[in-house]
Amino acid sequence: MATATEQWVLVEMVQALYEAPAYHLILEGILILWIIRLLFSKTYKLQERSDLTVKEKEELIEEWQPEPLVPPVPKDHPALNYNIVSGPPSHKIVVNGKECINFASFNFLGLLDNPRVKAAALASLKKYGVGTCGPRGFYGTFDVHLDLEDRLAKFMKTEEAIIYSYGFATIASAIPAYSKRGDIVFVDRAACFAIQKGLQASRSDIKLFKHNDMADLERLLKEQEIEDQKNPRKARVTRRFIVVEGLYMNTGTICPLPELVKLKYKYKARIFLEESLSFGVLGEHGRGVTEHYGINLSLRKYSQAPESRERNVWTLFGSRFKQMLLKENLIDDIDLISANMENALASIGGFCCGRSFVIDHQRLSGQGYCFSASLPPLLAAAAIEALNIMEENPGIFAVLKEKCRQIHKALQGISGLKVVGESLSPAFHLQLEESTGSREQDVRLLQEIVDQCMNRSIALTQARYLEKEEKCLPPPRVGSFQSALPTSLCFKRRWLGASRVETIWSPFPLSRTSTGKKRTTPPFYCL
Amino acid sequence: MRPGPGGCCCRRTVRANGCVANGEVRNGYVRTSAAAAAAASQIHHVTQNGGLYKRPFNEAFEETPMLVAVLTYVGYGVLTLFGYLRDFLRHWRIEKCHHATEREEQKKKKKKKKKKETKKKKKKKREMDFVSLYQDFENFYTRNLYMRIRDNWNRPICSVPGARVDIMERQSYDYNWSFKYTGNIIKGVINMGSYNYLGFARNTGSCQEAAAKILEEYGVGVCSTRQEIGNLDKHEELEELVARFLGVEAAMAYGMGFATNSMNIPALVGKGCLILSDELNHASLVLGARLSGATIRIFKHNNMQSLEKLLKDAIVYGQPRTRRPWKKILILVEGIYSMEGSIVRLPEVIALKKKYKAYLYLDEAHSIGALGPTGRGVVDYFGLDPEDVDVMMGTFTKSFGASGGYIGGKKELIDYLRTHSHSAVYATSLSPPVVEQIITSMKCIMGQDGTSLGKECVQQLAENTRYFRRRLKEMGFIIYGNEDSPVVPLMLYMPAKIGAFGREMLKRNIGVVVVGFPATPIIESRARFCLSAAHTKEILDTALKEIDEVGDLLQLKYSRHRLVPLLDRPFDETTYEETED
Repeated sequence: MATATEQWVLVEMVQALYEAPAYHLILEGILILWIIRLLFSKTYKLQERSDLTVKEKEELIEEWQPEPLVPPVPKDHPALNYNIVSGPPSHKIVVNGKECINFASFNFLGLLDNPRVKAAALASLKKYGVGTCGPRGFYGTFDVHLDLEDRLAKFMKTEEAIIYSYGFATIASAIPAYSKRGDIVFVDRAACFAIQKGLQASRSDIKLFKHNDMADLERLLKEQEIEDQKNPRKARVTRRFIVVEGLYMNTGTICPLPELVKLKYKYKARIFLEESLSFGVLGEHGRGVTEHYGINLSLRKYSQAPESRERNVWTLFGSRFKQMLLKENLIDDIDLISANMENALASIGGFCCGRSFVIDHQRLSGQGYCFSASLPPLLAAAAIEALNIMEENPGIFAVLKEKCRQIHKALQGISGLKVVGESLSPAFHLQLEESTGSREQDVRLLQEIVDQCMNRSIALTQARYLEKEEKCLPPPRVGSFQSALPTSLCFKRRWLGASRVETIWSPFPLSRTSTGKKRTTPPFYCL
Repeated sequence: MRPGPGGCCCRRTVRANGCVANGEVRNGYVRTSAAAAAAASQIHHVTQNGGLYKRPFNEAFEETPMLVAVLTYVGYGVLTLFGYLRDFLRHWRIEKCHHATEREEQKKKKKKKKKKETKKKKKKKREMDFVSLYQDFENFYTRNLYMRIRDNWNRPICSVPGARVDIMERQSYDYNWSFKYTGNIIKGVINMGSYNYLGFARNTGSCQEAAAKILEEYGVGVCSTRQEIGNLDKHEELEELVARFLGVEAAMAYGMGFATNSMNIPALVGKGCLILSDELNHASLVLGARLSGATIRIFKHNNMQSLEKLLKDAIVYGQPRTRRPWKKILILVEGIYSMEGSIVRLPEVIALKKKYKAYLYLDEAHSIGALGPTGRGVVDYFGLDPEDVDVMMGTFTKSFGASGGYIGGKKELIDYLRTHSHSAVYATSLSPPVVEQIITSMKCIMGQDGTSLGKECVQQLAENTRYFRRRLKEMGFIIYGNEDSPVVPLMLYMPAKIGAFGREMLKRNIGVVVVGFPATPIIESRARFCLSAAHTKEILDTALKEIDEVGDLLQLKYSRHRLVPLLDRPFDETTYEETED
């Protein structure tokens, strides 16, 4: 039926063509040609538009005006004019021509102007000169570097250590040496800037968890686990890392390491620990946060170790080996520890330590290690001597802690300001209890406090941040870093008097005797 | 052929657009065409670009001989095959494994176990393992190629890295997997490896004394950042001096040369900006560019046509997809390229930069102190105005025998960096004794210490460079780079010769640097000599004699353009071209 109609239509059409008048056909023909022309002319015009003539290009080049290389900096930018320190930045410091008591340097152990450290550095200077004139690979490895690496590894009770010539470059180079594109890094929101840069250089997937919030971390890890189960093939090559700080530079809080280790084994992620602030501060011997949690950690680890595999190992090798393993394990649970030698050790540079399997990789892949000149030998020698002093006087860490606790307590009483962070952190951050609403104003207010303190011979500093660059910008704070000097008491008194927001003055319980003559214990306040 | 009067022994083909085509462009290098070179019986590649250059610019990259290239590839092929074979043997525990291993608890479980689990089809979630930290192929090269010749790197020294150096002898009993120190010291090895261009790596003299004084006064550390409370008077003094030395308005100093690049480029450019980077730029520049978030385009090494094309296209076509114009364009170049020994064609770069309104970032890590009649680097060498370079970056590690880096430029730039540079805010400042070393050595170069010592050092280096390069070429080695560059790469090509050359030279009491892939293109392995003002003629002659010997032994004299030795030329007559300007 349908075919019949179709045929009929076709026949009719042909018939109509025959019957149509000539003018009609001609008109139709012209129309068709017109359409074709339109089509072609359109494409032609497009082409014409996209091809620039040489002259047009020159005009474009002539026209283009770039932005200035850098935007102008307002003359009153708070960070433009640095404080000028004349003379050594030790416990007495001359800032802008005024002598102050120094509460603003990271010189926790007072090693900066220790005569032994100076003597060691001087001996090295006389032997090696100042510079190394080459990267580690090309005749820039000195025997002192090897010594220092050895000493650091022994001090931290790890297999191997590697030193960098710049503290900032340490973790920033270490992270991208392992974590590559496609890998996943779980990182604390409050992580310091060096970690942020390292992560950026690694180009990995970054998952931020709330500061010190293990539940949040676990939530992210769980999410990832579910994701992995969907795509097990990809999961098998996706490395997972947790990057945390021992003592957070931005908040002064300690990371909950035991929980982290638990999560590590549960979700099979490796832990990188940044200990710049906690190295030489926490723990009985200043080994940092691993030692701080040390005993607990080993017990928990043993009791929680569900893997029969581990137990098998121990039964195999006997109990003595087990004990040894337990002892050594504390730090072994952390895949990589990095710290800088610029705070407690009062030298320059940084180091990473851990198992050789992990650390050795950086000798070819750590950019800051391979492509940079090595650490000047005199700085390495100073760091070795500082380690000697730390090993010889383990008491200083207790003194430091005690002072931190006392100062922390004393600082509590100030109304209008609150102290952020743990009591055993040598860096105190004082933050406005109530923000004035705008960051700028807060900064100005705090600067006022700092200036007032400076007038009363107390050197404090505002913690500086690059506001546009920080991932999660901490609120403005005054940083004060306490060093355990006999002057702590007067500091407190003067400081309190100076602060405008201060209303009630409470007697400060820090006793002079606790600090004694020894000036080995420097805590450090961060307002 | 010696250059005629007027220094105009250049061959050049001038194209319609006014560009100068320099021989053939192949593999990113500008090379002289072999036939033309042979006809002219000289291998120098000379350009004088319409008056842009005030001095002859001789740069040569002799083409790799075909046979050598083929044999090099074969060499790598054999190495790779053996690598696989040995990996196979290691896998089946036939060959002993020496490398460090993962912790037992974190090791990836054997596949067998996994299979069992899946076979049993446990409903329980399949436990994930730790993903192995390294991908296998990442370490293949290290394990099977690098490990064979690892003894040529990281040689520990125990003296000043001066003209001669003491190296700690070490031995490996497990094929370079680990080293044992024998306790012996190889004394007085001629140091051709350290970047001690002006000979300021010393443990005596004025620099050391000044540094020692400051060390006793200030201690070694600073324990704070520049913006907080680590800005010592010494730092201010240094920056003021650096600015004067460079002839710029202001300068800022940083604690590490690498970080100067990687932490300041992000402060200058960002999203919506374009970075044009030379393909052979140092890792720090690459990292800085990457961290900045700007778009990066690469131009061929020192190839001005390639740069101009990129500049033109960038301005004409704007950003990809959005088609918006670029906010700004930053050109990243180095003064002396440390692996090629080439000098940037700065006059042309500046001309292009001006024409296209781009900004120029010049990394003078190797050239500051080492180039130019007064040691002010590549700008001085070409007799240009430092104002034309927007960002002058350099390091203190090399010529000044210290450590750290600087950035110099207009006051606005430095003000901006003082407030926005990552390292001013977050990184510890320079150590005071190191600062003092820089100040003293810089004053010495400037002649402010009342002696002409600095000037003599700069001249001595220039003479040493010309002499050493000339002699090596006469011997028939293929030497890359500019004839004024104190970085002298000698081509080895084959992987086996890397190790052999390094070891043979050490046997003859000469410490050299050898480099191969990945620092160089795969077939262009080389040895690198860094000249120093501290090298005396005797030292250089001894070194040359031994290099000649080893060159014969290892058949390294690949060059097909032999120079006739100019026996009548006295050693110190190396300024013959400068006088002809």
